[in-house]
Amino acid sequence: MWDQELRTMASSHAILASSVIMSTVVPAVLVRGFSVYETHLLWLYCLAGAVAAVNISAFWLLGIASPTADPNPLSRLLRSCLYLFLSCLFYHTVVVLYGAPLIESAAETFSLAVLLTSLTTLRCLCVLGPDVQAWIRVFTRHGAKTVWDSSLRITVASTVVGAWMGAFFIPLNWDRPWQAWPVSCSLGSAIGFVSGLVAAPAWIYYHRKQLTYKCK
Amino acid sequence: MKRLVILSLLLWMCAVFYVGIYLFVGGFLLVRLEVNRTSTCEDVLLPAGEQGDFCPAKPRFRRAVLLIIDALRFDFARFDHANTAPRPYENKLPVFEETVSSQPSHSRLYPFRADPPTTTMQRIKGFTTGSLPTFIDVGNNFASSAILEDNLIHQLGQLGKRVVFMGDDTWESLFPKKFYRSLPFPSFNVKDLHTVDNGILQHLYSTVVGDDWDVLVAHFLGVDHCGHRFGPDHPAMADKLTQMDGVIRSVMERLQNDTLLVVMGDHGMTDTGDHGGESQKETDAALFLYSPSPLFSGPPSKSEPQVVPQTDLVPTLALQLGVPIPYSSVGQVLLPLFPPHGQMKGALEGLSQVEALWINVKQVNRFLETYSSMAKDIPPESLSKLQEQFSHVSTEYLTAVKNGLSPSPELVVSLQSYLTSVRETCRATWARFNPLKMAAGLAILLFACVLCFILSELSCLLVRESSLLKAPVVAALSIGFCVAAGQLFARGYVEVAWCLAATAIVSELLVLWRVHRVKASTALGNGAKAPKRAGWLSLHRLVTPALLVLLLRGASLLSDSYVIAEGRVVTFLIFSLGLYVPIHLNWDGLLLPANHDPLKPVGLLPAPALSPSAIRKESCTLLACLGLLVGSLYLSLSFHNCREEQGSCQPSPFLFPLSRLQNSQLKNLHYILSLASIGLWTYLLRRWLRHYGNLNSSGGAVFTARWILPLLSICLGLNWAVGATPEDSFRSMAELLSVAQVALPRTIFSLLGLGMLLLWLDPITVFLKTRASAPARSSNLPPPRYRASTGISTQAELHHLIPQIYQRMRRNLEEDDEPGEGAEADGRPAVEAYGLGTVYSAPQLLFCGLLGMGLLLLHAEGMALSFLLLLLEMGALLHIHASSTTLSSLHGTHYGGFNVPWTPVVLWSLAATQFFHATGHLPTFPSIQWGAAFVGFPGGHTGTILPASLVTLNTFSSHILFAVGCPLLLFWPLVCEVRGNRRVGGEDGEDAVMEMRLRENPQQFSSALLQLSTRYLFIHGTQVFASVCAAAILRRHLMVWKVFAPKLMFEASGFLVTSVFLLIGITLVMRVDVAVGGWFKRLIPEASR
Repeated sequence: MWDQELRTMASSHAILASSVIMSTVVPAVLVRGFSVYETHLLWLYCLAGAVAAVNISAFWLLGIASPTADPNPLSRLLRSCLYLFLSCLFYHTVVVLYGAPLIESAAETFSLAVLLTSLTTLRCLCVLGPDVQAWIRVFTRHGAKTVWDSSLRITVASTVVGAWMGAFFIPLNWDRPWQAWPVSCSLGSAIGFVSGLVAAPAWIYYHRKQLTYKCK
Repeated sequence: MKRLVILSLLLWMCAVFYVGIYLFVGGFLLVRLEVNRTSTCEDVLLPAGEQGDFCPAKPRFRRAVLLIIDALRFDFARFDHANTAPRPYENKLPVFEETVSSQPSHSRLYPFRADPPTTTMQRIKGFTTGSLPTFIDVGNNFASSAILEDNLIHQLGQLGKRVVFMGDDTWESLFPKKFYRSLPFPSFNVKDLHTVDNGILQHLYSTVVGDDWDVLVAHFLGVDHCGHRFGPDHPAMADKLTQMDGVIRSVMERLQNDTLLVVMGDHGMTDTGDHGGESQKETDAALFLYSPSPLFSGPPSKSEPQVVPQTDLVPTLALQLGVPIPYSSVGQVLLPLFPPHGQMKGALEGLSQVEALWINVKQVNRFLETYSSMAKDIPPESLSKLQEQFSHVSTEYLTAVKNGLSPSPELVVSLQSYLTSVRETCRATWARFNPLKMAAGLAILLFACVLCFILSELSCLLVRESSLLKAPVVAALSIGFCVAAGQLFARGYVEVAWCLAATAIVSELLVLWRVHRVKASTALGNGAKAPKRAGWLSLHRLVTPALLVLLLRGASLLSDSYVIAEGRVVTFLIFSLGLYVPIHLNWDGLLLPANHDPLKPVGLLPAPALSPSAIRKESCTLLACLGLLVGSLYLSLSFHNCREEQGSCQPSPFLFPLSRLQNSQLKNLHYILSLASIGLWTYLLRRWLRHYGNLNSSGGAVFTARWILPLLSICLGLNWAVGATPEDSFRSMAELLSVAQVALPRTIFSLLGLGMLLLWLDPITVFLKTRASAPARSSNLPPPRYRASTGISTQAELHHLIPQIYQRMRRNLEEDDEPGEGAEADGRPAVEAYGLGTVYSAPQLLFCGLLGMGLLLLHAEGMALSFLLLLLEMGALLHIHASSTTLSSLHGTHYGGFNVPWTPVVLWSLAATQFFHATGHLPTFPSIQWGAAFVGFPGGHTGTILPASLVTLNTFSSHILFAVGCPLLLFWPLVCEVRGNRRVGGEDGEDAVMEMRLRENPQQFSSALLQLSTRYLFIHGTQVFASVCAAAILRRHLMVWKVFAPKLMFEASGFLVTSVFLLIGITLVMRVDVAVGGWFKRLIPEASR
C-alpha cells in the first residue's frame, strides 16, 4: 500500500519533471530564435503553463484532491482562481520588497510571480484544495498527514529557496545573460522545483520508518 | 549582579579584537606622512651649497614627451628575433629594438620597476613625486584626491613650462588646474579599450608638431583595459600593442632635437591581466628613452643599471629639464644620461654625473632630515647609519672639489650607494606588506571570534567564575613584558606590535584553557549531564538560519560586487531572516492556537499558558511588526548614497542639505517632513515612557525626558531653519543668523551633555505613591506578592505599575532573620511603585533617544526621516523578538534564563549596517561627510580631536544607536510579558513583574547580559574578520585599494565604535542596577519604620 502510493507519486513527479524539460526543449524546436535568456518571458510562461497543465491533470486523474467534498464545484473553482490571483499578487509584493525594481520591469517581476504561483500555490490547491488553514497547517512540524503533503512541503520549500538563491547572482559583475532580472531567479526556482521533485520521493522513502501517514 | 566579571570579560574581549585589528592593519596598510614643502630654484642645499643648487644655467632639454602606456609589462617591449611563434603579447613592439640597435647613443630600453601597490593612481603619484606612495598618505587634505606633495608637474608649472596633458582622467583629479591644456578621457569603464586611446590620437600628433607646449604627457589606457578584460594572452592585446608601436614611431618621427621622449609603463600585469600586488610581472614595466640628439655618451656599457626603479625617473627628468628635484623624491638620477666627469663636450651639456649625483644626494638628505623630524616610523638605528654615510660622502666630495681633483669613480659609487640605501630604507618602511604581522593579526582575530562564541555559549557557567581572567591576563602581560625586554636586549628597541601580539595570543590561549577547565569541572559535577554538555559545539547548534545568514554576510564581504551593493545585500538578508521568524514559529505550531489538532491526544500537550485569543493577538502583533519591519526596510532603500562604481544610480535627494535646494516649495516640503519626523521621534519616546508610567517621578532622568527631549527637538528644528535660510534673502538678519548658526548647535550639544549627565546621576524613573493603608484585598491573598492593581490606581493614565512591591522585598530581607515566615504585611502601609516594571529599559531607551537627536544634528536635515525609520525598525525588531519569545515560551520548552537567541541579535546587528547605508554613508573615503565637523564650529577647529570625533559620530551613528540599544533586546520580552500574562492570572498568582524578574535572578541576569553582549561582539567581530580575510586574500585584486581596503577600514572602525558604545550601554544597565538596589535599600527602612 505504502509502496504503491510512493510509486504513484514518484511517477507523477517524473512526469512533472519531464514537463519542465519539455517546456524548454519543445519551443526551442518549434519557435525560431527561442532561447531561455533572450526570450525569457516566453520560456517562463511555457514552463508555468506546462507545469500547471500537468499538475492539474495528474492530480485530477489520480484523485488526490482533498476529501472535503464541497457541494458546489463552481464556487470551488472560483475560489481557486481567486487564490491563484492573490498568490500572484503576494509573490509580486514579496519580490518587490526583496529589492526588485518597482516600476521599471514590473512585467518581468509579475511573470516571476506567476511562475512561482504555478510551481507552488497551484500544487497546494491541487493537493489541499482552496483552504488556507490547511496550507498553513501543512507547513508545521507534524502537519503532513499524507505522502502528498510531505512531497508538497519539500517541493514548495525547494522552489522558494531556489528562487531566493537565484537572487545571489544578480549583483555579481560577471556580465552573463542569465544575470539579468529575473532570469536567475526563475531559473533558480525551476531548478529548485525539479530538485524538489526528485528529492521528495527519495526523502520519504528513506524516512518511511519514522513516518506514520494515512494511506488513501 | 556580577558587574566586574562581565565588564572585565567584555573589556578583555574588545582589547583582544583591537590588538588583532591593529596588527593586521599595521602589516597591511602602509602609512606615510606627506611632507608639504616644495623645492625651489633658490634653495641652498647644505652643506656647502652654491647659489641656487637646483637650476643649472642651461638645461639639456627644452622639451619632453612622456608617453605612458598603462600596464606596459617589460616583456611586451622586448623583441626576440629567435621567437618564431610569438604569443599575442610578444614581439609586437619592434620599434624599441630597432631604434636601440640602429641608434645606440640615442636610445635605451630598461626594465622599469614599480613599487607596490601597483595601481595606476598610486603609480602616477609615484613617478611624479619621486616618492613611494602608500595606501594612506596622511596629508592635510584627506577629502580630495589631489596631490599636495611636491611633484614634477608642480615644479614644471613653477618655472613657467607649459604642460599639456591628454588621456586617463585620473591625472585631472590628481593635478587639478596644473596643466596648461588638458584633454582628459573617462577611465572608469574597464571594458572600453579604445575611447581614451583614440581620444589621445586625435590630438597627439598635431600637438607634437605645434609649438605651444614644453612637456607633453599622454597616458594610454588601452593595454591595461585589454589586460583586465581579456588578459594578455589574447588577440586583442596584439592589436593594441601593434597600435602602440605605430604611435611611438609616429611620435619619434615628429620630434625635434631639443626634445626628450620617454615611453613607459606605469606597472605590469599578471597572466590574468590584474595588477596591484608585488609579483615581478606586476612591478616590471618597460622604460624607453629616446632623443633625436645624442642622449648617451656611448653604446650600452657594463655599468648600465640592470633595472631602473620607478622613483629614479623624477630626479633624472627634473635635472634634464632644469627644474628642481621635488622635495620628497627619494629617487636617484639615471647616471647614463649624464656625461661622466671630464668628458663634457662643450658648454651645451648640462650637469656631469658627479654634480648631478651630489645635488641628488643633498636633496635626499634634506628630505630625510625633514621627514624624520616629523614622523618616527623610520627605525632610528638605520637613520643614524644613513646620517653617518652621508657625512662620510660629503667630506669626501668636498675635499675632492677643494683640491680641484676630478672625483674618483669610487666617489660616484659611494654617492650612489648612499642613495640606494636611503631608498631601500624608505621602501622597507612604506612600500612593503608585512605578511608576518598580517598573519598574526588574522590568527588573533580568528581566536578572538572563536572565544567570543564560546563565551556566549557558556556564559551561564563563566559568569560564576569571578577569577577567570585574572591569572591568564597577568601571565600574558608578563609574557608581553618579557618579549619587550627581549627585544630591547637583542635589538635595542621595542616594537610594540609584537609585544601586544604575544600578550593577546597568550591570554587567548590561557583563557581558552581555563574555560575548558571550568567546563570540565562543571561536567564532572553534574555527572549524568556530562555527555550532554560535551556536545555544546555540535553541528546542530551551529547550523541555524541566523548563523547561516551571518555566514552569508561574511562571505559577501569577500566579493567586490557584493561590497559595492552592500546596502541592498544587507537589506535582503534582514528581510530573509525576518521572514524566517514567523515561518519557524509556524513550523513549531506556535503561530496559531493549537486547539484543533486531531492527530495528537490532548493529554500529551502541555497545558497552554495563554488562551487562544491571547495567542492570536500575539501572532497578530508579530505579523504587524514584521510588516512594519519590511516597510521600513523598503523605505530605507531610498536614502542610499551612490558609489562611483554604481553606474546608473542617483543619490537620494534627502542627502543634500536644505540650503542646497533651489525650489522653495520642495524645500518647505522637506523641512516639514523633517520636522514631522523629529516630532514623531520625540512623541513616540515620551508616549512609551508615559505608557509604562516612567514619566511621573521628579528625578533627573524624568526631567530629561520631560523637558530636555522636547527642547532638543525644538532647537534642532530651529537649527535646520537657520541652516536652510538663503543668505541673501535676510540681509538685515545676517548677523543674527550667523550667531544662531553657532549658538543653536552648541546649545544642543550642551543640552545633550546635561541630559546624559542627569540620566547617569539619577537613572531611576520610578514614582512612589505611599498609601495610608493597604487595600483589604491584599490581606486576603497570603502571601501578597507583586500585583498589578490598575483598577485601584487613582491616576488613570498609568497602566503599568507594580504596587506593594516592598512587601516582597521586605520579605526577602527579613528572611535572614526569620526564615519561613514573613508574610504579614497587613497593617503596614503599602507602597505603589509606578514604572518599576520598566526601570531598566526606560533609561536605556531615553539614552538612545537623546543620542539619536545628537547624531541627527550632524546629518543633513532629510536624514530625520531615515532616523525615524531607524527608531521604528528598532521597535519592530524588539516587538518581533518579544512576541516570538512569548509564543515559544508556551511551547513547554521554556528557556531557563533571559537568554536572547541568535536570530534577534543577528537581525539587530545587520540593521546597524543597513542604517549605516540608509543614513547616506558608504564604506569609501570620498563619501565621508566632512561637513559634520563644522556643525556648531563654522569657523573651523584648532585641534584635530574634536572634528575627528564629530565625523566619526556622524559616520557610525547607526552603529552607535544599535550598540547602545542592544541591552533592550534583553529587556523587551519582559516589558511585553504583561500583555500575555495579565489576562490569565497565572497559576501562582503572579502578575506583572516585568523587569523585576531580573532582580530576582541576578545570576541569570548577569549571564544573559554577558551572553547578549558577547553575541553582539561576535557578530561584529566575524564581519571584521571576514573583511580582514578579504583584504589578505585579495591583496592582488584590482579593486583592493578601491573596495576592500576601505571596507576593512570602515568595518574595523565600525567595530571599534560599536564595542565602545556597547560597553557604554552595558555600563548604563549596571548603573541602573546599582541605583535600583540603592532605591530598594532606602525604601525598605522607610516603609518598615
